[in-house]
Amino acid sequence: MEFKFDKEKNKENIEKFKKTVQTYKDTKGALIPVLQGAQEIFGYLPVEILQLISVELNIPISEIYGVATFYSQFSFIPKGENIISVCLGTACYVKGGQEILEEFENQLGIKAGDTTEDMKFSITSTRCVGDCSMAPVVLVNDDVYPKLKKDKVKEIILKYGGVAK
Amino acid sequence: MITTEKLEKIRQEHRPILEERLIKEDKVVIKGDEILLKGDYYKKQYRIALRNCGIVDPGDIRDYIAMDGYKALSKILREKEPKDVIEDMKASNLRGRGGAGFPTGRKWEESFKKASDKKYFICNADEGDPGAFMDRSILENDPHAVLEGMAIGGYAVGSDQGFIYVRAEYPTAVESLKKAIAQAKEYGLLGENILGTGFNFDIELRLGSGAFVCGEGTALMESIEGKRGMPRKKPPRTSHVGLWQKPTILNNVETLANVPVIMNKGVDWFRSIGTEKSPGTKVFALVGKVANSGLVEVPMGTSLREIIYDIGGGVQDGKALKAVQTGGPSGGCMPASLIDTPVDFESLAKIGSIMGSGGMVVMDENTCMVDIARFFLEFTVDESCGKCTPCRIGNKRMLEILTRMTNGTAEEREIEELKELAEIIEDTALCGLGQTSPNPVLSTIRYFYDEYEAHVMDRICPSGVCKALLRYNISDDCIGCRRCVKVCPVSCISGKVKEVHVIDQDKCIKCGSCYDVCPKNAIKIG
Repeated sequence: MEFKFDKEKNKENIEKFKKTVQTYKDTKGALIPVLQGAQEIFGYLPVEILQLISVELNIPISEIYGVATFYSQFSFIPKGENIISVCLGTACYVKGGQEILEEFENQLGIKAGDTTEDMKFSITSTRCVGDCSMAPVVLVNDDVYPKLKKDKVKEIILKYGGVAK
Repeated sequence: MITTEKLEKIRQEHRPILEERLIKEDKVVIKGDEILLKGDYYKKQYRIALRNCGIVDPGDIRDYIAMDGYKALSKILREKEPKDVIEDMKASNLRGRGGAGFPTGRKWEESFKKASDKKYFICNADEGDPGAFMDRSILENDPHAVLEGMAIGGYAVGSDQGFIYVRAEYPTAVESLKKAIAQAKEYGLLGENILGTGFNFDIELRLGSGAFVCGEGTALMESIEGKRGMPRKKPPRTSHVGLWQKPTILNNVETLANVPVIMNKGVDWFRSIGTEKSPGTKVFALVGKVANSGLVEVPMGTSLREIIYDIGGGVQDGKALKAVQTGGPSGGCMPASLIDTPVDFESLAKIGSIMGSGGMVVMDENTCMVDIARFFLEFTVDESCGKCTPCRIGNKRMLEILTRMTNGTAEEREIEELKELAEIIEDTALCGLGQTSPNPVLSTIRYFYDEYEAHVMDRICPSGVCKALLRYNISDDCIGCRRCVKVCPVSCISGKVKEVHVIDQDKCIKCGSCYDVCPKNAIKIG
């Protein structure tokens, strides 16, 4: 997947992010909160932003890369407009979470971890979201779909403006 | 700034308001000082850690104060020396609710005795065990109980800086904590000169970034320091050398929620609940194939049977109980025959599982135990930090063997090899994650050996879960309605209308679509 970070378009976001960095500058262990800020503002970690963090916090970019790759929350590629998170915690797994995930993958024609060509959807399989009494659970952005059945998958994709098979 | 007198005044003024609201909502029973949730599901429980969940409004500190909140803190700060608080904690024998069950009082004492210019007190809210959400519920519904527990602990060990390390996957909990910390500061119950006693204690929130291993104490500290969350070797203990090399206490959410109550009601009261070696209660997340799933808090020593049948209402859809899994990826699967085991730290360890943080997943006859072992291993392999070889490579090899078993390509000797590998990893891995990762494998081999044999020798999955080992066949009950032909994604079903159809086994991908649509249940899995 090809993409480019547009500095012009992100001008405001960059300013906003610089302020975030300033608030953490004197905090011990600032790197992770700063990376979380970047992930939230830009939706992923553009290399241009990592360079900026490196200068501002005086941490080598190699070290930043090491930290960022360790945690699954951080991404180096842009995420789709809608993020479908299929819970694969034990309760969801026992109740068919894997089948739900496969159905989303089939319907959208991508694998978990990928984004559709039109940048509309990303699918991720997630760790237990703690809604175990509602298993199996799927999150689309912040919307929760509890006790989901396989045949409802298509409906959900259509609801978010997608095209299902 | 608030004083003890003012705190008592808020309590007296707000209590009737709270009670009135609860009566109006008609969800509680008020018995003297106690407020209990209504309903059979709650009647059989004993709620200490969850005492305020569903009762107080987590966004209003006055509700918590009305339920005797911050009373223990105010009393301790005025009347007790730190060493007396530690003595009380030791006498109560409250054991860590996060998994290992280390006595909280002894942990505090270690840190208390270590002289240092700075000490830290951390609440581990990185609840990551799949199938567990006890801490989430406390953080969301009763955040002040955790804050008060931390402040008491901070006073006892001599720390003025607390951290709460909470999962980013719990946004509601994060919001609830933020609000609670701000309110507690506004009321002078956190921050500088708490209740005018000269004691300072501040709490900072740190969010996890999606790494399960960060629930391990030393990895969590590395993460707060802004590094990759990889465990350190022990000793030294973190109560001596922890966050930024300073003495650090790390307690789990549920443990901390117990602290204020113990201080209010006394050690003898606490020890009268539960068992001799494991006093108090434990919260379990009862989930999986159980009729009533949800959080259950019961005295330690309650049997699995009571939890699953009396409170949980038994197995869903009247199916047979096959196994109960506790302790998440670090725990084990217990067979239905051990259902009368009392649930406490020692009894569970004896049968090859662990208490863990409290996830309790009920599994019925449709759950394949080899597949479950593979599922947990997949989790561990994914979450291994990669620092030590046994966990990084050993678990990967175990996963490969288990995958071959569920694919029907494993060889007979591999059951023994799997067992040997599991035992080596258990003995040699660096941290708790690696050392306990073989538990799901070892416990399933121990109790469900016949299922392993079926997968490896007979190449069948008795529970009908492992797809590669399934064969779909159409029986004579087929009425030739052609529904299966229409849904089959690989067009491998053939037959004339109103005649018995046939599945081409070479083409079949075992997706189960035909099985789902057949109106006559003519499709058999074997």
